[in-house]
Amino acid sequence: MDEIVKTIGLKNNCTFCGVFRRQALDRGAALMRADKLVTGHNADDMAETVLLNILRGDIARLSRCTFIITGEDGPIPRCKPFKYTYEKEIVMYAYFKKLDYFSTECIYSPNAYRGFAREFIKDLERIRPQAILDIIRSGENFRISTSTKMPEQGTCERCGYISSQKLCKACLLLEGLNRGLPKLGIGRSRGLNSAKEDGEQRMLRSEVKGSNLQSKQCGTLDF
Amino acid sequence: MRLTLEFGGGLDLLCNSVKIHHVDVDPKTGEDKLSMRDLLSWIKSNLIKERPEMFVKGDSVRPGVLVLINDCDWELCGSLDAVLEEKDMVVFISTLHGG
Repeated sequence: MDEIVKTIGLKNNCTFCGVFRRQALDRGAALMRADKLVTGHNADDMAETVLLNILRGDIARLSRCTFIITGEDGPIPRCKPFKYTYEKEIVMYAYFKKLDYFSTECIYSPNAYRGFAREFIKDLERIRPQAILDIIRSGENFRISTSTKMPEQGTCERCGYISSQKLCKACLLLEGLNRGLPKLGIGRSRGLNSAKEDGEQRMLRSEVKGSNLQSKQCGTLDF
Repeated sequence: MRLTLEFGGGLDLLCNSVKIHHVDVDPKTGEDKLSMRDLLSWIKSNLIKERPEMFVKGDSVRPGVLVLINDCDWELCGSLDAVLEEKDMVVFISTLHGG
């Protein structure tokens, strides 16, 4: 991550970190032949995510982010058992049970957008603690208008990972890092198959050689 | 008044990386009781060596910081108006961290 930040600076590194970590988790789970992947997302995280997606107009994610189980039709479903547990409860539990408690703050993105959503949620919690659960409840009950076009799930042409575009985000970001194009894959394409994103991707797919780092083929991982 | 203060969840980094402090705090001149409000401003002036905005916001602790007075959530004891007594233990735990 240090090297990535050296290349791209202090903005948009959440995208890199999140995408790479998520794929690393999924691939690691596949290598270990796991049946399920369970993460520790808590109620505060869920509420922040709902707000964040509203603030950014990310309809695709808004529809999925409150599911307690995702990827059921895939090889390794993912689940968030602490979805309704407040961060405060978890911290108090860890304190009273004297559990090993890691509390490192991310050093790469001090001005991350999520930080603002988090600050807001914390202020809300002070006034009306139930707000956190209520936000999650609202998120669960969102229904996307049928006239909104949603992305379809396919596979990455390069590595075989699941993707809604021709190239998965990880391949796109990796390519950007290799070529010194830190903005590749950052920022939203207008519309689903916009000319800009298609153009970028077409350019990348036609390159056969030239990358020093490349995503390993997913085919060998029995995805 | 002798008190024990403990900082967890990364807050100790604001106090020279010392987790447990044994301190002697006097009530404000003219008052005989020490409230949490007074203690907070005392801590801000005397113990917090950097980034005070991580610990206090306005009159109170930054939202996201848990406060326990003798292992009891301070919201049950009156929050800022809670009155402290000799040998009380106050714990501050930050719940804000990345994952």
